[in-house]
Amino acid sequence: MTETLHILQENLGQALWETFEMVLVSSIIGIIFGTLIGLALYYYSNQLFTPRPVLNSIVGFIINATRSLPFLILMVVLIPFAKLIAGDPYTPMGGAVSLSVAAVPFFARIAQSAFAEVNQGVIEAGQATGAGFWLIFQDVLFPEALPALIRGIILTIISLIGYSAMVGTIGAGGVGNLAIQYGYNRYETGVLISVIVILVVIVQIIQWIGDRLANHYTRS
Amino acid sequence: MSQIELTNVSVLFKAKNRTISAVNDVSLAIEAGEIYGIVGLSGAGKSTLVRTINGLQKPSTGLVKINGIDITSLTKQKLKQVRQKIGFIFQNFNLISNRTVGQNIAFALTAGGYPEKEQPAKINELLSLVGLADRVDNYPNQLSGGQKQRVGIARALANEPEILLCDEATSALDVATAEEIVNLLKDINKRLKITIVFITHQMEVAKKLFNRMAVMDNGVVVETGKTYEIFANPQSPMAKKLVNHVLAVAIPSEIKQQLALQATQGQILTLKYHGEDSLHPLITAIARETNVDISILQGHIEFIEARAIGILSIYITGETLAIKKAIAAFNSQVTTSAEVGE
Repeated sequence: MTETLHILQENLGQALWETFEMVLVSSIIGIIFGTLIGLALYYYSNQLFTPRPVLNSIVGFIINATRSLPFLILMVVLIPFAKLIAGDPYTPMGGAVSLSVAAVPFFARIAQSAFAEVNQGVIEAGQATGAGFWLIFQDVLFPEALPALIRGIILTIISLIGYSAMVGTIGAGGVGNLAIQYGYNRYETGVLISVIVILVVIVQIIQWIGDRLANHYTRS
Repeated sequence: MSQIELTNVSVLFKAKNRTISAVNDVSLAIEAGEIYGIVGLSGAGKSTLVRTINGLQKPSTGLVKINGIDITSLTKQKLKQVRQKIGFIFQNFNLISNRTVGQNIAFALTAGGYPEKEQPAKINELLSLVGLADRVDNYPNQLSGGQKQRVGIARALANEPEILLCDEATSALDVATAEEIVNLLKDINKRLKITIVFITHQMEVAKKLFNRMAVMDNGVVVETGKTYEIFANPQSPMAKKLVNHVLAVAIPSEIKQQLALQATQGQILTLKYHGEDSLHPLITAIARETNVDISILQGHIEFIEARAIGILSIYITGETLAIKKAIAAFNSQVTTSAEVGE
C-alpha cells in the first residue's frame, strides 16, 4: 500500500502531464486538419457546390486506408516519421506524431458527416440570397454543424486518451505507461486500479462538459 | 420586354442509366408587378423550373432572361448579384436554426453588402413589415410555422428584390395560416410592386392569389392564362382535373348510389356558368320546353379576382328522348356544361 502511494506520488503528476500534452497536441492537429479535409470532402461531394467525384474518391481512399490500420501498427510504422518530426520518437511529442496522424482522418470523417447533416434547404436558402461559400460556411454551415462538431471533438479526445496509453507502452510516457510499467509488469495492482479510476473520472468529466457545450449551441 | 422570360427551358437529370426530363421545353413570360402562379401535381417539375429563375438550377438548354439579361451564361460573381435582387421563400422555411430571427435576416443583408451598422434598423423595418418586430431575438424553434414563414419572407425581402420566388410557400401550413401568408404576399405585392412567382399544388391558394398562371404536367407547361379564365374554362386534362377538384364539381358517391336505386332513371349534369349568366330562368325554361323534371343536387359560387364562377349540379328525369333534348339545350346555352361520368 505504501509502495503504491509512493509510486503514484513519484510518477502520477508527470504521467498525467505527458498524457495531457500528447492528447492536446494531437487533438488540436486532428481538429484543425480534420475540419479542413472534412469541409473539402463535403464541398466537393455536394450537388449545391462543386462536385469533384474523382478528387473525392482519392481523398476518401487515403482516409480509409489510414483508418483501416490498427493503431498499434500505425504507431510502429510511424516511428521513423515521428523521429523526423519530433527528433526523439520516445517522448510525448514523438507519441503525439502518430496520434495526430490517426486523429486527422478520424476527425475528417466526423466533420464531413457533421456538415453533411446540415439541412440542404438551409444551404440553398443561403445561396438564394447571393451569399458566397465562406459567408455560408461562417453563418450557416458552421453554426448548424457546431453541436455535432463538438460531440465529435469529445469523441476524438476520448479516443486519443485511449490511444495515448498505447504510445505510452513504446516509451512515450503518460498514464498508460504508468499502468503498464508498474501496475502490470511489477504486479502493483493498486497503481493499475488507480490509473483506471483516474481515466474513468477524466473521461466522464470530458463527456459531461462536451454534452453541456453541445446542448448550449443547439437551438432546434 | 417582360421582366422574366423563359425561352425553351429544359432541365435534364442524369440518373444511373437514364435521363429524366424534369422540365421540358418551357417558355413563359412574366410581367413586372404581377403575381404569377405555376401549378401542377408533385413531381411535375415546378420546383426545378422556379429554381432556373435565380440560377439555383442551371437549365440544360434554353434561356432565362431577367430584365433582358440571360442569367444562364453569367459568371458566378454576376449570378450572386442577380440573386440579391431575387428573393426566395421555401416550403420548409429553411431558416438557420441555431441563429436568431435577427441574425437570420442579418445574414441576407450581409450577403447583399448592406453596411453592418445600419443592419439593426433595417431588420426592425423588415420584421415590422411582416408583423414580427418583437421576435428579433427569438430562435426559429420558438416560432410557429406561420411565423417562421414570415421570417422567411422578411429575409427574402432584405435586399429589396424586384422578384420574389415562392416554392410551395404555404404547403406546410394549416389552412388559416396559409391564408394569412397569402394575404401578406398580396399586400407586399401591392405595396412594394414586387413581382411574385409562386408555385404550388394547392388550387385554393391559386384562386386567391394569382393574376395569371401556368399549369404544368410532367415537366411541360400545358396551359397558361388568366387565373379566372383557367378556372372558368380549363382546356387541358390536367387543368380540368385540378380545377374540378377545387371547384368540387364531383357528386358524392352516396348521392349517385341513391339516384341509381330510384325507379325512374335520369341523368346528372353539372353546369358551370360565369357570374354574368343568370341560370334560374334557363332551368325552368328548359324543363318546360322539353318536358323533363329537374332537381338541384348541389350548387355554389366561387369568386376569383372578384369575378364569379357558378357551379350547379342537376338531375334530369323524364323520357329518354326528352332528357337528350334537355341536355342539348343546356349545352347550347350555358358556357360550360359537363356530364359527370356515371
